[in-house]
Amino acid sequence: MSAVEVIEPGEVERRIREAIPDCEVSAVNLHDSADHFEVTVVAEAFNGCSIVEQHRMVYAALGDAMRAAIHALVVKTLTPEQYRRGLLSEIE
Amino acid sequence: MPEDIFQRIKSQIEEAKIVLYMKGTPAMPQCGFSQAIISALGDVGKPYVAYNVLDDPSLREGIKQYSNWPTIPQLYVDGEFVGGCDIVMGMLESGELAKLLADK
Repeated sequence: MSAVEVIEPGEVERRIREAIPDCEVSAVNLHDSADHFEVTVVAEAFNGCSIVEQHRMVYAALGDAMRAAIHALVVKTLTPEQYRRGLLSEIE
Repeated sequence: MPEDIFQRIKSQIEEAKIVLYMKGTPAMPQCGFSQAIISALGDVGKPYVAYNVLDDPSLREGIKQYSNWPTIPQLYVDGEFVGGCDIVMGMLESGELAKLLADK
């Protein structure tokens, strides 16, 4: 059984960056728990993809970590446009 | 993965308009994400069928393979995979969930 047992946020980010071209990604542990994560990914590659497809891309990037090391994962995906609009709406 | 679990899942998602695969039951969810999705469905107020994957290891594994989705909970509407907790919560906030379930 070679599934990853423990994973750091840095490694989560690295895997996503490797799999999704030109993305911005931030991964943090939730609830001080080593196997609970929240990951936010902003990528041009998400344009034209349904939200299910976007999340699938993130899960695919994480691969075997989803089986053991990641017990709970909150995924937020955005296109660069959605991210900019989100920032603007915070200012307004 | 044995053929019958996929057949079973296929019948389940065809038998009811709104089908939820979750940990625990609507009355007693066993995880925060399942609890959140129950709450979202409660807000919309349409009837749904819920399957507790904790009761059934072959279902727990089978649904992940069937949906090509590694986590539970999972919501199906009209036989189609809609998403897990994050997606459904997003749809609740945007009003999309109410729209999707409006005529169910």
